[in-house]
Amino acid sequence: MAELTYREAVAAGIAQEMRRDPNVVLIGEDVARAGGVFKATVGLLDEFGPERVRDTPISEQAILGAAMGAAMTGLRPIAEIMFSDFFAVCWDIVANEIAKTRYMTDGQVTLPLVIRSGNGGGSRFGAQHSQSVENWAMAVPGLKVVAPAYPADVKGLLAAAVRDEDPVLFFEQKSLYATKGEVPDGEHVVPLGKANVLRRGDDVTIAALALMVPRAMQAAEILEKEHGIRATVVDVRSLVPLDTQTILEEVAHTGRLVTVEENPRLCGWGAEIASIVAEELFWDLDGPIVRITTPHVPLAAADNLEDAQIPSVDKIVARVRELVD
Amino acid sequence: MDAILTNTTAALREPRAAIDRETRLTLYRRMVECRYLEKRAHDLFLQNLIKGTSHLGLGQEAVAAGFGVAMRPTDYTFCTYRGHNHTLVRGVSMTKILGELMGNSSGLMRGKGGSMHLTSVEHHMMGSYAIVGAHLTIAAGAAWSARYRGTDQVAVCFFGDGATNIGTFHEALNLAVVWKLPVVFVCENNRYMEYTAIHEVTAVEHPAADRASAYGLEPILIDGNDVDVVYTTALRALDAARRGGGPSLIEAETYRHGGHSRADPGKYRPEDEVKEWLAKDPIPRYRQRLLDLGIDEETLVSIEAEAQRKVDEATEEARRAPPSDERIAFENVWADGGAAWRN
Repeated sequence: MAELTYREAVAAGIAQEMRRDPNVVLIGEDVARAGGVFKATVGLLDEFGPERVRDTPISEQAILGAAMGAAMTGLRPIAEIMFSDFFAVCWDIVANEIAKTRYMTDGQVTLPLVIRSGNGGGSRFGAQHSQSVENWAMAVPGLKVVAPAYPADVKGLLAAAVRDEDPVLFFEQKSLYATKGEVPDGEHVVPLGKANVLRRGDDVTIAALALMVPRAMQAAEILEKEHGIRATVVDVRSLVPLDTQTILEEVAHTGRLVTVEENPRLCGWGAEIASIVAEELFWDLDGPIVRITTPHVPLAAADNLEDAQIPSVDKIVARVRELVD
Repeated sequence: MDAILTNTTAALREPRAAIDRETRLTLYRRMVECRYLEKRAHDLFLQNLIKGTSHLGLGQEAVAAGFGVAMRPTDYTFCTYRGHNHTLVRGVSMTKILGELMGNSSGLMRGKGGSMHLTSVEHHMMGSYAIVGAHLTIAAGAAWSARYRGTDQVAVCFFGDGATNIGTFHEALNLAVVWKLPVVFVCENNRYMEYTAIHEVTAVEHPAADRASAYGLEPILIDGNDVDVVYTTALRALDAARRGGGPSLIEAETYRHGGHSRADPGKYRPEDEVKEWLAKDPIPRYRQRLLDLGIDEETLVSIEAEAQRKVDEATEEARRAPPSDERIAFENVWADGGAAWRN
């Protein structure tokens, strides 16, 4: 086990796959010489050279179009969209081209590619550089959607995404880049579509994603120590494919579900999980399903304003107490 | 800019003379096959055997045929929703094309794609793209991959004049030049972006050629209704790309005989303009040239009869095919063949 930061785990995951497979290449704005604006690709240019690690112009459509063209002709590209907000300028390539081409061609075209992107708030970047857009991606058939919370999962899920034959959108939470965690030595791969149960309790199941996972864990500790409420915390990790079985099993045990979502309220990923649980587990529920989300507002830049918007540990504690008490 | 047209044509005069008889007959055959196939597609629409929409390339066959004959089998084609001809010239069967238009089990994609998305990977026909301009970036990616893998494949990307005003045109050209990619961008300027004359909405007279210099490329403006000119220009651009010379941008001036799509009778076009361009129809024009070069009438008639016979046979075969199994509507979202998003 080595202790890596979340950003180091990104580079470690990419390097592991590039060493293994010469068809894995990396492109994006500032990913090569600068090592990424978030320093998540440091060292890759030196190790793999300029043919495999390439800086691009600020041309998000060309970045993703190039990745798609390369993937359909034998490569396994990893493309970076620096901030996930910029998906809005290349969404045609994502939603119309990459997501649908396999289906429209009756399976002739396979697109083994990964699009990594810095996602989410907490960095005081304002409304156009802080969004959590995983629910945009989740709404399009043909895209796999992954959002890790811990360095070990960053490396392992990124490796699995590269090896996957389908396009994967890989959301890296920007506020987590500096966080540290143990990462297994040697080859490390975490399969897509498996939620991770981080702790178990009998009173409530909290399902969270990315930055909301460590907050849910902190909340669970406070709930137990200060209020005697024992919570299960499920790190959803992968929205598509979605590990509904794990979630259903955990909710069946506790009888209560709370989702903690960074995305704005409407059509957030928790709504889908809530509907599945309501439909398939209704008679096992002991109370209403509660969704804790960022409200349906753009994000503000000032620290106190942004903190008031994104679900906090205190907010999670308070809402869970209202539900359980 | 007329000077460029004249100069380019002059430069091509010599290689044009060098085209051998067999190649010329192949160019003619390809154009005739395209013409007959699309006329049949039009008839089938009128009979309601083809639903949805279609965008015919009637009148633009010289571009598809000239490139199709010049390309190697391993070169990649990327084209637009006006892509029936570009698909046919890569060797895809007429039955599979008509079957896809009719949306049944004989189609290239068994009805999952439709007229606007014809694709045949085994022919290196990498897709027809229906969002204007998107595929320029994708073609650049295929060219990057070809070079990375050490092949000498070239990606050829066809698009309309309208695509020159969308961002992907500029993003793709810039990237292709900066990365020196083996890709040939071919603008088929048929003078109309959908229902509007291109000159009414474009800052320059020649929408592609006049922008070439912005990317350090030679402006290449050619008569897209002269299949010899298209063929020799294609050979030159493909060769340059294969030798590591980077991308080319070619503007081929042409004209669609019909409207933008099935729904459009094309009435916005001035009568004399239509008359003028119908007189420049690439097929009778080439036929006359072949006769002038001493090729006998019988040879041409037999090419035409053979093309008609193939279209008739393909029509029958596609018409007889059963509907696709409805289960396929729920398959092949993922590489495992399925559509599951949860366990």
